[in-house]
Amino acid sequence: MPGDCVVDQTVDITDVVCPVTFVKAKVALEELDDGQVLSIRMNDGEPVRNVPRSIRDEGHEILKLIDNGDSTFSLIVRKG
Amino acid sequence: MYREGEFRVAEADYKALKSGGFMRQKQKDNFSMRLKAVGGNFTAEQLVTIANVSEKYGDGHVHLTSRQGIEIPFIKLGDIDAVKSALEAGGVSVGVCGPRVRTVTACQGNAICPSGCIDTSTLAREISERYFGRELPHKFKFGVTGCQNNCLKAEENDIGVKGGYRVRWEKEACILCGVCIKACRTKALSLSGDRIDLDGTKCSDCGRCVKSCPTEAWKGESGYILSFGGTFGNLIAKGNELFPIIEDKEALFRITDAALDFFSEHARPGERFRVAIDRDGWDTLKTSLERALHAR
Repeated sequence: MPGDCVVDQTVDITDVVCPVTFVKAKVALEELDDGQVLSIRMNDGEPVRNVPRSIRDEGHEILKLIDNGDSTFSLIVRKG
Repeated sequence: MYREGEFRVAEADYKALKSGGFMRQKQKDNFSMRLKAVGGNFTAEQLVTIANVSEKYGDGHVHLTSRQGIEIPFIKLGDIDAVKSALEAGGVSVGVCGPRVRTVTACQGNAICPSGCIDTSTLAREISERYFGRELPHKFKFGVTGCQNNCLKAEENDIGVKGGYRVRWEKEACILCGVCIKACRTKALSLSGDRIDLDGTKCSDCGRCVKSCPTEAWKGESGYILSFGGTFGNLIAKGNELFPIIEDKEALFRITDAALDFFSEHARPGERFRVAIDRDGWDTLKTSLERALHAR
C-alpha cells in the first residue's frame, strides 16, 4: 500500500502506448465508485508527463505520484 | 488550352497579375490562381466555392501550397474577371505574390490544440488585417506557432511569433508529485524540501509545467516569443530572438511595425529582410525594435 492511501484497485498501463495509456486508465476508473482510489502504474517519459493531467481533466483528483525506482511510476487517483 | 476571342487583357501586365495572385504557368496564358489564406483556415462554404471554380474554370484540381494556401491551376487569362467574381461571391479572396507581405501562416493554437499557449488564429488574422499585401523591398512572411513544439516553424519566417508562458508556482495547490520536473525540457525545475524551485536562467517559457501539472499549482501568463530574419528559400537562415517573451499584444504590434519600417528603410529592392539585417547590423535592428517595445 503506497504511503497513506488506501488503494482500491490497480491498473498497469506500461504494456500500452499513447493514446491507449490514457484510455486504459480511464476504463479502469470507470469501473470504480466515486471516491475510490486507483493506482495507475505507468512508464517514465511521455506517459508520466501527460497522463496525470489528462486524468485530472476528466475530473478526478490526483493524490500523489510514486517513483517505483524501476523506471515506472504509480499515480494515485481518487475517482471524482 | 486557350480560347481565342476571350483575350480582353491580351497585353496583360504580368507584374500586376502577380500582385493579384495570378502565378504564370509554363503553359501559355494559363495561370495558377493563388487564394488568400490566413492561418490555413477555410470554411466548408469557401471550399465548395473553390471546388466549383476549379471544375468550371480550371482542370478540376487544386494545389495546397507550402504556406497553407490554395492555388487553382489552369485558369485562362480571359476568365480572370469571371473567376474573381465567382470566388468573391463565395467569400474567397485572391492572394498576393511579389514584393509584399504574404500569407500569414499559423498552427491551430490554443483554441483547438491542448499544447497551445496563444490564440494563433486570431493573431494571424490581426497580423493579416494589418499588413497583408503591404508593399516592401521583397517578399515578407509572418508565421505564428502556438507553443515550442513549433509545428508552424516560426524561425523560417521573416518574423516568427511563438506562444509561451511566463510561469509561477503556487505552493498551496502543489502535491509535490514531481510531474512538472519531468515535463520540463530545460531542467529549470528542482525539488528542494517542500518547494519546487524555478531557475529563471534555464526556463524557456515553454509552459510545459503549466500544461502537465495535475493540480494547477503552476500558473502561466501567455506571451509572444519573436524571431527575426528567418528565410528558407535560396538563402537558408534561422530567425533570431532579440529579446525576452512579450506579454502585451500592443507591444507586439509596435515591434512588428518597427521591423517592417526597418525593412523598408534599410533593404535594397529585391533584398530579403535577413540580407538587409546582416548588412546594416543586428544591433541597429535591435535598437529600433527596443525603442518601439518601450514606446508608449
